[in-house]
Amino acid sequence: MRLLPIVITTAGLSLAAAAPALAADLSVTVDVPRLNTASYHRPYVAVWIERPDQTAVQTLAVWYQQTRNNEGDGKDWLKDLRTWWRKGGRAMSLPADGVSGATRAPGRQTVTVPAARLRGLQPGQYTVVVEAARELGGREVVRVPFRWGGANTANASGSTELGAVRVTVSR
Amino acid sequence: MKKTITLLAFAAALAAPMAAQAHRAWMAPTSTSLSGNDAWVGFDAGMSNGVFIPDHAAMRMNGLVVTAPDGSAVQPEHLMQGQYRTTFDVHLTQNGTYKVANVMGGVMASYKLNGEQKRWRGSAAEYPAALPEGATEVQATRTASRIETFVTLNNATDGVFKPTGEGLELVPVTHPNDLAAGEAATFKLVKDGQPAADLEVTIARGGVRYRDNPEEMTVKTGADGAFTVTWPEAGMYWLNASVRAPAQGEALGSNASYVAVMEVLP
Repeated sequence: MRLLPIVITTAGLSLAAAAPALAADLSVTVDVPRLNTASYHRPYVAVWIERPDQTAVQTLAVWYQQTRNNEGDGKDWLKDLRTWWRKGGRAMSLPADGVSGATRAPGRQTVTVPAARLRGLQPGQYTVVVEAARELGGREVVRVPFRWGGANTANASGSTELGAVRVTVSR
Repeated sequence: MKKTITLLAFAAALAAPMAAQAHRAWMAPTSTSLSGNDAWVGFDAGMSNGVFIPDHAAMRMNGLVVTAPDGSAVQPEHLMQGQYRTTFDVHLTQNGTYKVANVMGGVMASYKLNGEQKRWRGSAAEYPAALPEGATEVQATRTASRIETFVTLNNATDGVFKPTGEGLELVPVTHPNDLAAGEAATFKLVKDGQPAADLEVTIARGGVRYRDNPEEMTVKTGADGAFTVTWPEAGMYWLNASVRAPAQGEALGSNASYVAVMEVLP
């Protein structure tokens, strides 16, 4: 059962490569700001889709420490992504294929979600939510309303823990 | 006059762990919502005027019961009673919601024997057989005190919310580890398993030392025992309600109190 989405994802990707016009991919670029601080740790970041009433639909990505170190297991601090944790993160089984990954360095990071993984998403208005929480740092949530069901782009920007967030629907 | 004073002191002692009636009993977890394969949570328990400020008396934990998500009892660890607070830890190894409660109860009675005023305290099972033969003017009150809090590892569950049917208890409608500032939450109070209607609930937020206004709220339960609170801001909150019914001749009086501690996140 767990393998099924991977197969479809791969199919979706190859389809996208062969005929881009057919694939309604959703891509989210997140600028992880470079911060001058004495003790910088890469942020934990979650990216998910919400309905306009702010109920969660689907988690697209969560970046966290994948290993255990002498301070504990990386999953111990997933709760610090407070909003995501409460809205569905804590109900997920992690790691999750195609969703969880290592923390990302400062710079522009991209999450591309093939259409096949969004089959259940009815056309309409939604919001991409990006939440970042950093050890010895702060927490920030950026919301980007977008439309599913036709090519469009949308932008928003954070001010402390997140930079620009851009959502692109390719068809 | 002397008798009154000793009687009052006696009544106060009976109300343990809320030994000092004017003070508030609280049991505060170090975290309420946790992630990972396992987690530790520490608890501080005491009595004081400012909730969660340990500056008066430590709580006696004679009735401490920790219930795991699967209903089994968990042994608390590192229990230590300090001057102003008792602390202990709970190791969370199951996914789900734990209930940590200090539950005390029994019967207190006063009676006359050979013209002398006497007092007795014991468990409900012992009463009234434990009273001496020839006791007259018996006045007895059933006491029940519950001080509790909830913590969750990973996904929240509701297995620990089933009331025991004794004393004043809370039945969550909103999960107590799913509370956010600006949102409303609903809970039901039951007394001996029945809806506790028209009860005043006091809600106090911690951190009162760092502000001038206590910022307390009171709400009343409806006919179904339910009350709703909209959390004005994030913080650790103390919720309290109590019911007192005096003894009426042969019929036992009732003195039930309930305290919950809940964390509201931003």
